[in-house]
Amino acid sequence: MLTLTINGQAKQVDAADDTPLLWVIREHLQMTGTKFGCGAGLCGACTVHLDGTAVRSCQTSAKEAVGKKVVTIEGLGGGKPHPLQVAWVAEQVPQCGYCQSGQIMQAASLLAKNPDPTKQEIVAHMDGNLCRCMTYGRIQKAIIRAAADIRARSGS
Amino acid sequence: MTHIAKPQRQIDLRRRSFVIGASAAGLAFGYAAVHGVTGLSDALAANSFGPTAWYSIAPDGKITVMVGKAEMGQHVSSAMAQIVAEELEADWRLMQISLPANDPKYNDPVLGALLTGGSWSVRMNFDAMNRAGAAGRTTLIEAGAAMMGVPAGECRASNSQVIHSKTGRKVSYGKIVADGKASKVWTPDELKALKLKTPDQYTLIGHSVPQLDVPSKTNGTAKYGIDAMVPGMLYGKPVVPPVRYGATVKSVDESDAKKVKGFVKAVTLDDKTATTTGWVVAVATTYEGAKKAAEALKINYDPGPTAKVSDQTLIDEAKKLQASDASGQLFVNAGDPAAAIGGAAKVLEAEYLTSINIHAPLEPMNALAYEQGGVWHVHTGNQFATRTGALAAGALGIDPKTLVLHQYFIGGGFGRRLDADMVVPAVLAAKAVGKPVKVIYAREDDMAMDFTRPLTYQKVKAGLSADGKLVGLQHDVVCAWPSERWGPEFLAESADKKAKLDAFTVNGADFWYSVPNHRVRAVLNELAQKATPSGHLRSVAPGWTFWAVESMLDELAHAAGKDPVDFRLAMLDGAGDNAGGAKKLANALRTAVGRSGYGAVSLPKNSGIGVACVSSQERATATWTACTAQVEVDPLSGEFKVNKLTLAMDLGTVVNPDGVRSQIEGSMLWGMSLALFEKAPLENGALQVSNFDSYTPMRMSQMPDLDISIISSNDPASGCGEPGVTVIAPAIANAVFNAVGARVRSLPITAEAVKAAMKA
Repeated sequence: MLTLTINGQAKQVDAADDTPLLWVIREHLQMTGTKFGCGAGLCGACTVHLDGTAVRSCQTSAKEAVGKKVVTIEGLGGGKPHPLQVAWVAEQVPQCGYCQSGQIMQAASLLAKNPDPTKQEIVAHMDGNLCRCMTYGRIQKAIIRAAADIRARSGS
Repeated sequence: MTHIAKPQRQIDLRRRSFVIGASAAGLAFGYAAVHGVTGLSDALAANSFGPTAWYSIAPDGKITVMVGKAEMGQHVSSAMAQIVAEELEADWRLMQISLPANDPKYNDPVLGALLTGGSWSVRMNFDAMNRAGAAGRTTLIEAGAAMMGVPAGECRASNSQVIHSKTGRKVSYGKIVADGKASKVWTPDELKALKLKTPDQYTLIGHSVPQLDVPSKTNGTAKYGIDAMVPGMLYGKPVVPPVRYGATVKSVDESDAKKVKGFVKAVTLDDKTATTTGWVVAVATTYEGAKKAAEALKINYDPGPTAKVSDQTLIDEAKKLQASDASGQLFVNAGDPAAAIGGAAKVLEAEYLTSINIHAPLEPMNALAYEQGGVWHVHTGNQFATRTGALAAGALGIDPKTLVLHQYFIGGGFGRRLDADMVVPAVLAAKAVGKPVKVIYAREDDMAMDFTRPLTYQKVKAGLSADGKLVGLQHDVVCAWPSERWGPEFLAESADKKAKLDAFTVNGADFWYSVPNHRVRAVLNELAQKATPSGHLRSVAPGWTFWAVESMLDELAHAAGKDPVDFRLAMLDGAGDNAGGAKKLANALRTAVGRSGYGAVSLPKNSGIGVACVSSQERATATWTACTAQVEVDPLSGEFKVNKLTLAMDLGTVVNPDGVRSQIEGSMLWGMSLALFEKAPLENGALQVSNFDSYTPMRMSQMPDLDISIISSNDPASGCGEPGVTVIAPAIANAVFNAVGARVRSLPITAEAVKAAMKA
């Protein structure tokens, strides 16, 4: 038995230590907002936060997550939509939508550190997240919109 | 132009009644499943499932539109809801969508099947859904007027309310439904007599209302096939053979797999549908267990007859077939191109190639299957439920009527989920272990077993008159025929009525340029068909036919000493069969060219602007699309950068401008990704791709600037999800030529090819 803290809640999981965190979240705990895309850390669909850092959950073992705070798309806003989720709707970003949980989680880790990123900084941070529908232009716009929203709220 | 007929598969909605009556969900609205019914009792008696329930209104006012179309990000569900809501005078905030299971009552009324493809959805369903909304509104007004005790003629509907105009009294649709008295059967004649809004009266169609599927796709609640779960479910991980098709399993050694915790069984698939060959499914209590067990299985294969086939074998075979006059079937047969080319002042001949490409949707193929009370249930997102259900039933050897297919959001379709291979390992594994099994392909399985865009070899020969006019053109298209494998009922008759051909390999070659002598031949490459079962990939044939046509037109223009834009415009004269369309294409071309600054801006050295224009997808459903590409080439290495794509598209009625723009953005980048970054080589009978490091769709950093002009009109709504894909590759290749004089005729365009062409 492993005990994981996911979105602020302690969860008991009967999984081997080396089980990818992705499968623990998706199948053992049935929190399906986190997506499986490649299983090799090449697409970013499975991105979650581990102690605030964006990681590929397919490349992170369940054991590594023990004692750390795991946040998934379901818990990102802490009960209300995160500014990125609001911006994603405002810019009508998703098409098939399958990669978007990972995109939003990846973008959230950028804005947490840098609330005023340049376009180049956004591209550098987001380039590992594949969108097969190629909604890249709208992803950029939504990140810029959310960043402005976050700055406005914090009064900076 | 001699043109082929389309397969006949239409159901005439003009003979259907429209039924409104109480249902479990509230008030249901739908076309009767059979024509000729005259009363509600007749309609209900005629089909125990009730009418083709297209939408329902609940007592709380929520309006649910049943979308018998696959929602894969093209936002078709919202477009369908908009068309209904416009005439229904519904409050958009109360609209929601539901994806029905594969009950025939949700069939596309025109196609007679649950199928999503060909950019057909909006075009084919517009009138029927619009009238469905109008009939619903009229009946609600009558019922609402009766509730208020006023004449229906004094009432109107707005924002999901019936309003008595004189007094301003109102009653909501929800209250009318709760009252339970609204019901009516509309005869076909009454439906036809309904006066529909003119486009200037639209308040929803033509407006960028928010897409109904978007919010759930930002918070993790949208459910895809891979998210399906049932209690007691086991997991299956496929083990696929070392060749794409034709292998058989000789033996399976489970001894190491048995050491894996939770391992249940290795199931060797006996696939009676021949969709898969040589597959084994490792079944375990967890997915990680199934994956470990799959890795531990030791399997011996007979690799089968195509184990030595490579890209080069397919190209050699294609050249041999093309060289024979006996090969293939005629798709276009106008005038006498051989004679015209024979007498031409200048003759050009060129070969154009496109590589094998895979779909690689981000949601890997998956399906959950189980039997319950004599009925099989399959959960999977798919684009062609009618066929998918039949295939699952075929693999099980059961009556398709005893199988229910549950639809989900699709994590990328692009044509991949027109195929249904994923249901086969799921149902056969579930049957073998007697429990529900969810099969999930690893990315490597998904890529290696894709139903690919076929490798295509095209030869084009054309003659110019002394004054530089195109007098004759012969175009041969040699490739695997997806439709022959996938849906023989979609094969069409050849132009000379001698045999069938796969129009989905040559559509687009029947272009709208006026060329007096024109022949297009579709040739089946049997070897390719056997080695790499091909499928339909976003944009289908126009993705390669326009590559050849628009490249050759550019070559001809340069050979004739004419500007490539002027050369095209002169042939888009709208003469004869080309009336109606050619002038719109010319307009789109002028728009894109004008916005690009072509001929007006001064470009840096080794830069160029190239043009192309297309009438994708099919001649009967054309969307008028033109694009310019601005590129910059490093003449030393051949490396090049696409700086900007400028596209103009005329697609008639635009239902949701922002939705259209979103589709165009994605399709343009798809076109560029296929043109530059994507290739699935075939070696030793196997696709040499495994994950997103060997098959590399465009990333954010590779995105060029996009400039998009949408030209709308009151013409019927046309598709926008695919045409953008088809115009990009030739525009880029033509730009590279204009930049440095290098003509590349093979996709994807590589730096090496540009460098080699510069030396040539």
